[in-house]
Amino acid sequence: MAEFSLPKNSKVTAGKHHPAKAGAKQVRQFKVYRWNPDDGANPRTDTFEVDVGNCGPMVLDALIKIKNEIDPTLTFRRSCREGICGSCAMNIDGSNTLACTKSIGECGSGEVKIYPLPHMPVVKDLVPDLTRFYAQYASIRPWIRTQSAPPPDQERLQSKDDRAKLDGLYECILCACCSTSCPSYWWNGDRYLGPAILLQAYRWIIDSRDEDAGDRLDHLEDPFRLYRCHTIMNCTKTCPKGLNPAKAIAEIKKLMVQRRTL
Amino acid sequence: MAKDAYKIVHHKYDAVVVGAGGAGLRATMGLAAKGLKTACITKVFPTRSHTVAAQGGMSAALANMGADDWRWHFFDTVKGSDWLGDQDAIEYMCREAIPAVIELEHYGVPFSRTEDGKIYQRPFGGMTTKFGEGPPAQRTCAAADRTGHAILHTLYQQSLKHDARFYIEYFALDLIMDNGVCRGVIAWDLAEGTLHVFRAHAVILATGGYGRAYFSATSAHTCTGDGGGMVLRAGLPLQDMEFVQFHPTGIYGAGCLITEGVRGEGGYLTNAKGERFMERYAPSVKDLAPRDMVSRCMTIEIREGRGVGAENDHIHLHLEHLGAATIHEKLPGIAESARIFAGVDVTREPIPVIPTVHYNMGGIPTNYHGEVVTKQGDNPDAVVPGLFAIGEAACVSVHGANRLGSNSLLDLVVFGRAVANRCGDVVKPGSNHRELPGDALDASLSNFDRLRHAKGGTPTADIRMNMQRTMQRDAAVFRTGETLKNGCTKMSEVFASFADVKVSDRSMVWNSDLVETLELQNLLGQAVATIYSAENRTESRGAHAREDFASRDDVNWMKHTLVSVSDAGSCTFDYRPVHLYTQGGVDAVPPKERKY
Repeated sequence: MAEFSLPKNSKVTAGKHHPAKAGAKQVRQFKVYRWNPDDGANPRTDTFEVDVGNCGPMVLDALIKIKNEIDPTLTFRRSCREGICGSCAMNIDGSNTLACTKSIGECGSGEVKIYPLPHMPVVKDLVPDLTRFYAQYASIRPWIRTQSAPPPDQERLQSKDDRAKLDGLYECILCACCSTSCPSYWWNGDRYLGPAILLQAYRWIIDSRDEDAGDRLDHLEDPFRLYRCHTIMNCTKTCPKGLNPAKAIAEIKKLMVQRRTL
Repeated sequence: MAKDAYKIVHHKYDAVVVGAGGAGLRATMGLAAKGLKTACITKVFPTRSHTVAAQGGMSAALANMGADDWRWHFFDTVKGSDWLGDQDAIEYMCREAIPAVIELEHYGVPFSRTEDGKIYQRPFGGMTTKFGEGPPAQRTCAAADRTGHAILHTLYQQSLKHDARFYIEYFALDLIMDNGVCRGVIAWDLAEGTLHVFRAHAVILATGGYGRAYFSATSAHTCTGDGGGMVLRAGLPLQDMEFVQFHPTGIYGAGCLITEGVRGEGGYLTNAKGERFMERYAPSVKDLAPRDMVSRCMTIEIREGRGVGAENDHIHLHLEHLGAATIHEKLPGIAESARIFAGVDVTREPIPVIPTVHYNMGGIPTNYHGEVVTKQGDNPDAVVPGLFAIGEAACVSVHGANRLGSNSLLDLVVFGRAVANRCGDVVKPGSNHRELPGDALDASLSNFDRLRHAKGGTPTADIRMNMQRTMQRDAAVFRTGETLKNGCTKMSEVFASFADVKVSDRSMVWNSDLVETLELQNLLGQAVATIYSAENRTESRGAHAREDFASRDDVNWMKHTLVSVSDAGSCTFDYRPVHLYTQGGVDAVPPKERKY
């Protein structure tokens, strides 16, 4: 009989409350998931009151302010703070997005809830373990594969139209917001590649310079790797870069059908 | 601290690269391809490195969009450097640029294309034709305005293909030095909470710049110059640290980068009177003058009361006239950034911008093979065995006193490749590692342990803020002896205050409080080095503009500053000559007045 109850220490408990400093004028509450691997305690949600009138406009600004001024042990990834590195992906106000480009003002009224990306193992606080996600990326061998040698002293030519086919694909920042918003990936993340990786796979399939589309499709022709996409569309809804992974997956499925009917 | 307080995992490699940005990844690939057993240690997943944020492009005289010649590129770079760049290294970089960018295309970088299917190239600041006599060159190879992202992701994809081992989210603590020879590096695995010793015949520092020494920078939070910090602690000098580039167009307030490619595509700057003021300062190249000049001109406009906005404290960057179609095709990324961070629709209104710290011309001194050099007796080019540096962490010096836009992505790729070639020549794969001296790790471990348990009275964030404010105020676009002296005094106080640092998190697992403290330690040494070097150099050259010494002084100052920083934070200076000679493929450019 399968065990359906969660382990005891998985229950999220109420954490500490850090009231705003005296004189704060524009207070907002940030309810932040905390878990420390060292102490064996259950995860908890701490509430931090921040004077957003005295803070940058983005959720990342608030997290940094909390870390600088209230609790230096709060742990999260961040780097570029301009939406291009993909480090600060997390679940904010119910959606996966980048903390650095999500404005506090856009979050619904009341407390701003901040959790790590859903359904990933947590390393600490808002830091998820993305090892499997990266391994899945490597598994599609995401580099240009050709049989013919490129011209020795010159670039390969590519028409503007062929290059335009990569728009909406090459901009992916591997933040994992889409994959970790996908219920099918939550359930079968060990075997389903998920929207981010499939979008990357399509980026090479459609590149006019690549010569291994057949092999790439063979690799994806699998009940799990590709076909666990059930067009739920959470991926496209949540992508902080405005990309459309669901469309990329649909294009792969179309190519599968086309080559069977050839 | 008990001697065995930390269990240490030992590794042996032929070569270890620290950092996985453009330079580190290109080196890692090249080293693995040479058959060397290679590891790459990086504190962030490779595609999160700051190369990803480069926008405008990578220079190379391909001549896809008009006449060009790598010798013209060489001339422009020497002139852009205000004659502080080493001309042999600049020659090497500009000549190798062409095969380097072709190689990237072959790796699969999604460059934008011309009508005939070649790599698209745009104009950039300071890039001209016919040795400065001709019209602006279209030399900067671009993938829309996301060129760094395109290149970094492609290099990571290529490195997955090679047999190199990545140690991701490992924070490098210190070099392991033995009698002046680098024998490896010690690092901390954040996820597992363990310490690791990587012994190697070649340690390659590709750790990037230290932009976060300043309050407002285009640089990522992770740009903390960790390699420079390690080098200073190893007792080696840094070079030309006074030369800090302010990018003319950081978004006012947020500090995010707006590429020079906007002006390359026809954008321009205006003051409060709506005047295109760059026409007055640089009549020939106007808005495409080099960054140091444009930043100074903007600062003068603001100081003289012609800034825009309620406080008259910034400048407008216009691209509305380019039209939505061009913006969508060529500048989509900055349109998004301007919308998110300035609330501006760039098809209708100008972007509020201000000169913002962007790039460190200075760094770890190297020759054009990427070997770290220092001055020993009369020899200014003494190689430090086993130690290499590339990318923004290094000072080859190809950028001299001022880097030209799009020469940085070039620098990364060319010298990443060069260092791999050099290691292929000097390191024998699989050769034995000599025993380390018994005390080789002691200083690093005790520093780590002391900071991990630091119980002082001043949180890391407070010390960092004091440093950033001081650097922003006193080591700015324009400098005077007085403000620099004040800044030096203040920076020394901030440096000393680190003895009182307070760390709150004691964990070994993902202790980002401790990471930020170790990063701050790296930043502090370089901040002190920067402001003292600036006070020491009594001339104006490139990005170092002294109001009390307004002109360039080739008699006394055509030389590289070498600065060492003691444990107590005091600076000592020495100098290396500038290489005013080439490798023979082009005539050296003798110094002359730098006018555009």
